[in-house]
Amino acid sequence: MSRRRFSSDSVFFSYLTLSGASIVAILAGIAVVIGLQSRENINRTGIIEFITGTTWDPVTGIFGALPAIYGTVLTSFVAIIIAVPLGFGSAIFISEFAPPKMGAVFSVFIDLLASIPSVVYGLFGLFTFAPFMREHVQPLLQGAFGNLPLFQGPPLGVGFLTAGIVLSIMILPIITSVSREVLKAVPTPEREAGIALGLTRFELVRGVLFPSSRSGLFGATILALGRALGETMAVTMVIGNRYEISSSLFAPGHTLSAVIANEFTEAGTPQYLSALAGLALILMGITLLVNVIARILVLRITGATR
Amino acid sequence: MKLSSISRKLLRIASSKRRFLNSLFSLGVVLSAILVVAPLFIILVSVAIKGGRALNLDFFLSLPKAVGESGGGIAHAIVGTLFMVGTGLLFSIPIGVASGVFLATTSNKRLSAIVRTSADCLAGVPSIVTGLFVYALLVVPFKRFSGFAGAVALSIIMLPTITRTTEEVVRMVPHDLFESAIALGAKRWQAVFRVVLPTASRGILAGFIGAASRAMGETAPLMFTAFGSHFLNLNPFEPVSAIPLVIFNYAISPYEDWQQKAWAASLVLTFLVLGGIIVSRRLVYGRFG
Repeated sequence: MSRRRFSSDSVFFSYLTLSGASIVAILAGIAVVIGLQSRENINRTGIIEFITGTTWDPVTGIFGALPAIYGTVLTSFVAIIIAVPLGFGSAIFISEFAPPKMGAVFSVFIDLLASIPSVVYGLFGLFTFAPFMREHVQPLLQGAFGNLPLFQGPPLGVGFLTAGIVLSIMILPIITSVSREVLKAVPTPEREAGIALGLTRFELVRGVLFPSSRSGLFGATILALGRALGETMAVTMVIGNRYEISSSLFAPGHTLSAVIANEFTEAGTPQYLSALAGLALILMGITLLVNVIARILVLRITGATR
Repeated sequence: MKLSSISRKLLRIASSKRRFLNSLFSLGVVLSAILVVAPLFIILVSVAIKGGRALNLDFFLSLPKAVGESGGGIAHAIVGTLFMVGTGLLFSIPIGVASGVFLATTSNKRLSAIVRTSADCLAGVPSIVTGLFVYALLVVPFKRFSGFAGAVALSIIMLPTITRTTEEVVRMVPHDLFESAIALGAKRWQAVFRVVLPTASRGILAGFIGAASRAMGETAPLMFTAFGSHFLNLNPFEPVSAIPLVIFNYAISPYEDWQQKAWAASLVLTFLVLGGIIVSRRLVYGRFG
C-alpha cells in the first residue's frame, strides 16, 4: 500500500497537477497583490470617490481615476469602430474570396502584424503617424466636420484619435484571425444550400454566414476589445498625457495603462503608488470581465480549445 | 465541380442589381484586406529605412556613449533581453509543459476547466499589471530593481502560451502510442517523457519559440522590474537593460541621436521577434507557414 502511494507515477501526477494549480495561484496572486497594494489610497479617499473623481493631484494626495478610465474606454472604442469592419472584411476575404494559397499567405502577414512589438508601434506612431495625422488627416477632418464637438481644438497629432487608430491596427490581426475561424466553422451543407439557391457571395455572407456566426463574430470583437483596453506602450507614446476628460477626439488624454507606465517611477509617496495600483486593479477587472465574455462566445462557436 | 465555380456560373444569371451589390461588396472586402496588411509593410519599411541608417556593427557590440558623443550601441540591452527571456523560459517551461500535459491528459474535468480558464485569463491580464505584481513581489522586499524580477515577469507572460500550445500538441498525439508504451511495461511518466513528449516535440518547441519571441518585445512588464541600465550588467540582482526599454527611453528623449538609435534598436527587435515567429510557424505548418 505504502509503496503504491510513493510510486514514481504518483509523484509525476502530483507534479502535473501542482503545475496546473500554480497557474490558478498566479492569477489569484496577481488579483490579491494588486488589490492589497491599492488599499491604502482607497481607504483614504473612498472607493466611489476614487473611481468617479476627476482630479489627479499627487501633491495634495487627491486621486480620481475617471479621466483615465474615460481615455481607456474611448481609445478602445475608436479602435473597435475602425477595426471591426476592416477585420470582418479581411476575414471574409481570406475564408470566402482568396484562393487557399493566397489566404494562407495572408494569414502569415496577419500573424506577423500581430507580432510586431507594441513599443515599435509606439515609435512608429510617435514619429511617423502622429505628424501625418497633424499635417494631413486632422486638418482634413476639421475642414469637413469642423462644427462637430468630436473634432475641436488644435491638431496636435497626438491624442485620443491617433491612439485609437494605432490601437485599431494592433487589434486587427486578432479580429481577423478569430473571425476567420468562426466563419470556417459554418457547416458546408449550409453554404451549399445557399449556393444552390443561386445566392451571390454578398447574399451568401449576409444571409447564411453572418446569421450563423453572429455570436462568434461578436466574441472576436470583444476579445479584441480586451486586447485594446490593456495595451500600454503604443498608447502611452501617442496619447499625449493630459489628465482631462475632453469630448474632442483631437485632444490629448490619458489611459489607465499610460498613467501607470508614465508615473510609476515618479511615485514618491505610498499613497501615490497605491493609487496607481488602484488604476491597475480597475484595468485588470475590466479586461478580465471582457475576456471571459469573449471566450464564452467564441468557444460556443468554434468548440475548439482556444 | 468546385463550389466556387458553381456559384460563379449562377452569378451570371443573377439580376443586375444583385450583381452590382455583389461587386460593391467584393470591392469592400478586397479593400479591407489590403488596408489590414498595408500597415505591416508601412511599418516594416519605415523601421528598415530609418533604423538601417543608424545601424552598424558597432551598434551591436558597444555600450551607450554619453549624450553628444557619437557612436555607441545597445550591446547591454541585447545581452539583457537574451538573459531575461532565457531565464524566463527556464521558469516557465517546467511549469508550462507540465500544465499542458495535465490539461491534455487529466480526467478531472472540473480542475482542468479551472486551470484552462485561468491560463486564458492570465494571457488576457495586461502586461503592465503583471509588471506591477512582480514589482510588489520581488522589487519592494529586496529594495532594488533586478534582471531576475524582469525574468520572472516575462516567465508569467510566457506561461499561458506555453501551457496552451503544449496542451494542443499533446492532444494530437495518438492515444495508442501512450497505451502501447504502457503495455510494454513503461510507467506512465516514462510513457509521457519517452513517447508522448518526443512525438509532440516539434509543436512544443514551436510554442517555446513563439512565446519567447513575443516576450522579447514586451516593454511594460520590464519597466518596474528590470528597470533598465546604461551598463552591461551580468549580475541578475542589479537593474538590467532590454531592447524594448532602450527603444522607449530613447524615443521619448529629446536627443535626435537617441531617437535615431531607437529606430535602429526597433529594427533589431523586429527582426528578432518576427524571425522567431516565422521559425515557430514553420515548425508547425511547414513550408507555407
